[in-house]
Amino acid sequence: MARRAFPISVATWAGAAVAGLVLVVIALPLGAVLLRADASSGLGPADWAAVRFTIWQALLSAAISVGVAIPVARALARREFRGRRALIALMGAPFILPVIVAVLGLLAVFGRQGGISAALRFLGLPELEIYGWQGVVLAHVFFNLPLAVRLILQGWLAIPAERFRLAATLGFTSRDIARHMERPMLRNVAPGAFLVIFLISTTSFAVALTLGGGPRATTVELAIYQAFLFEFDLGRAALLGLVQVGICVVAGALVIWGTKPNIAGTGLDQPVARWDAQTPAARILDAVLISAATLFLLLPLLAVVTRGAGAIAGLPPAIWAAALRSIVLSLVTATLSVGLALPMAILIARGRARGLLETIGALSIAVSPLVIGTGLFLILRPVVSPTGAALPITGLVNALAALPFVLRALVPGVEQAEAGYGRLALSLGLNGPQYLRHVLLPRLRRPLGFGAGLAAALAMGDLGVITLFAAPQQGTLPLEMYRLMGAYRTNDAAGAALLLLTLSLGVFWIFDRGGRVNAAT
Amino acid sequence: MRSPIFASGLILAAGMASADAPVLTIYTYDSFISDWGPGPQVEAAFEESCGCDLQFVGAGDGAALLARVRLEGPATEADIVLGLDTNLIAAARETGLFAEHGVDATGLTLPVAWEDSQFLPYDWGYFAFVQNVDLENAPTSFIELAASDVRIVIQDPRSSTPGLGLLMWVKAAYGDRAGEIWEGLTDNIVTVTPGWSEAYGLFLEGEADMVLSYTTSPAYHLIAEGDASRTAAAFDEGHYMQIEVAGMVQNSDHPDLAREFLAFMLSDAFQSIIPTTNWMYPAVLPAGGLPEGFETLIQPETALLFDPDTAAEIRAEALEEWRAALSQ
Repeated sequence: MARRAFPISVATWAGAAVAGLVLVVIALPLGAVLLRADASSGLGPADWAAVRFTIWQALLSAAISVGVAIPVARALARREFRGRRALIALMGAPFILPVIVAVLGLLAVFGRQGGISAALRFLGLPELEIYGWQGVVLAHVFFNLPLAVRLILQGWLAIPAERFRLAATLGFTSRDIARHMERPMLRNVAPGAFLVIFLISTTSFAVALTLGGGPRATTVELAIYQAFLFEFDLGRAALLGLVQVGICVVAGALVIWGTKPNIAGTGLDQPVARWDAQTPAARILDAVLISAATLFLLLPLLAVVTRGAGAIAGLPPAIWAAALRSIVLSLVTATLSVGLALPMAILIARGRARGLLETIGALSIAVSPLVIGTGLFLILRPVVSPTGAALPITGLVNALAALPFVLRALVPGVEQAEAGYGRLALSLGLNGPQYLRHVLLPRLRRPLGFGAGLAAALAMGDLGVITLFAAPQQGTLPLEMYRLMGAYRTNDAAGAALLLLTLSLGVFWIFDRGGRVNAAT
Repeated sequence: MRSPIFASGLILAAGMASADAPVLTIYTYDSFISDWGPGPQVEAAFEESCGCDLQFVGAGDGAALLARVRLEGPATEADIVLGLDTNLIAAARETGLFAEHGVDATGLTLPVAWEDSQFLPYDWGYFAFVQNVDLENAPTSFIELAASDVRIVIQDPRSSTPGLGLLMWVKAAYGDRAGEIWEGLTDNIVTVTPGWSEAYGLFLEGEADMVLSYTTSPAYHLIAEGDASRTAAAFDEGHYMQIEVAGMVQNSDHPDLAREFLAFMLSDAFQSIIPTTNWMYPAVLPAGGLPEGFETLIQPETALLFDPDTAAEIRAEALEEWRAALSQ
């Protein structure tokens, strides 16, 4: 591919600076934990078993999520129906739910007292057994399928309408379109989606243990908890953190190697019409896919809503205060995250050290929050009071944790804009800010809105490092929800969970919707 | 990255505002300081008389609390660490961070004798499996449980205090046969959760017949919810105890104030807060006795407990037995 024009050099520097910041925020804490460690026992056979299980379940989770997401995203891309927008927005929900809420929601459908087991019992069949590796994968698909669908759907929507028009005039069948237009797009988009889902599944801990049924389902993250909390073996905790970095680097390298640049070209940003997909068979297939995915994702959410609806009005005042803190935190995170991701996305789109940058971007979800949090604690404690720094640190760590997702959302769009308009902009002599304002940002509205929405919602639901730092009066909503659960107040906790779900979806929807103003889809 | 600097400015301001009263800093586990835990009431009660500003700092659970203190070492800001239990005492003592409390502990009403010059109990409880009253063929021992098809949910000893308590319970009751007991329990265990909240949540949702908790758990449902449908199963082997303790830090800036708090901790004012906030037994029975409803709880005949040194010694072995049995 020809070298592109580079209208903004400031962005290049900014992108490199952000990548440096990510590295520092990961490497320094890891180093701090290693330095603080006394003699360590090193990694034993149980640790390596945890590494194997972690990689295996994450591969399976990512493969199934992306594999199912492709046909679902295609169905959503080529159908218009009432409620489609709401459905797509709702799809963000599982991804941002605190683990225990999502698990209880899933169990309400797939558990022993769940609807499916009840139906099976009624038919005289054996109950569904959710506890085991199948439960772990089911939960990870539940969490990540929506993300995969959204990321891949972005790819579909980025194919210019003119291409489909051209395909129609050339008499392309669905199969031809798949071969010439959709598969190249997927080769560009799917590996990145696979990577983020794989990595986020590798740091899973509570889901893997709770649904995995016991110590067989020990993940690296749990081994880190054991090393840190049970044995206070900081050296081993840090080593395991390094193993996570290793997994991320290898996975990143493989994915970059498997990613093909997108050659869809640029269009006039018109709505897409699909003449090829109007056959009855295609319609039925899409309807089935969309309905199945909707039921799979929404039934557990519905359980969360019904459990919490009765309690939400009577929630104690502390919960509302925590909700307010969480809203502020999520808005700060979203802004910070998008601000960090944009220069990095531009740098990546320009093909400079692409593999390295994408891998760095992904590191922040691959490395244990416990190790990073502990390292930050060690570094910052001599300088500031951990309690006072709790919310700012949580904001920064959340922003970095959202970075890979925002990057995934932005990179394809930036690539297209650069490829399509970069030279033109250069020849017109547009300077950096002009280019950003007139060319890039208008074209990135949709992915920017989506990325900011994801970051905001993620921050809203994240328990993360706040637990290491928080003082009594600064709990976020998820923390207060856990506190309620820890105090037997299951009903109030269910109400708080519903509030959390509503707020997360709310911020996601507002950002995502904001990104699609004037858009036909 | 202006935020930490901004935050440190805030801390300075806060520090100056309350500079006149000495600040007593207590590190504890998170659920102690939540609005629904004992923290707020304890703070108000102590501040009435101490002429000080009591500040709680929360750090996860008991194990995370100890890890936090170890990370900070002698430079810790804590004057008191409250929320360790007998399984953590040996490791806490080994840090050399704790001072002698010097408080007269003769008034303790624990089922076992307590002599420890550094750590002072503030509440205690028995681990137990909690079930619905109407559970048929409820087991009355680990052997019966293993032979039954009753489904239980437990916590992981590596990440949860009650999970570790269960490990010790089986070990205390069966010694060298513990591994065998765990093998027998394998098919009863629905799943193992990271913490108590997840396990209890699963039980309440009906995913299991029994959950590892405390004999006092049914008291919450009875007293706070008026729901008498939960009970704890009395096991023939006896029940393992959890004794929660506090200790004062050697390097405390306010040793007298810290000692004053530890003495206050054993007074009626503190102890009467415990039963219906921490849902445990008070370490010193208050003059007014236990709240109505506690008399309905099961009373184990045998209290099982390893002393802190033994607990620390056998922990790794017990964990390995557990892991080996459940990984098959």
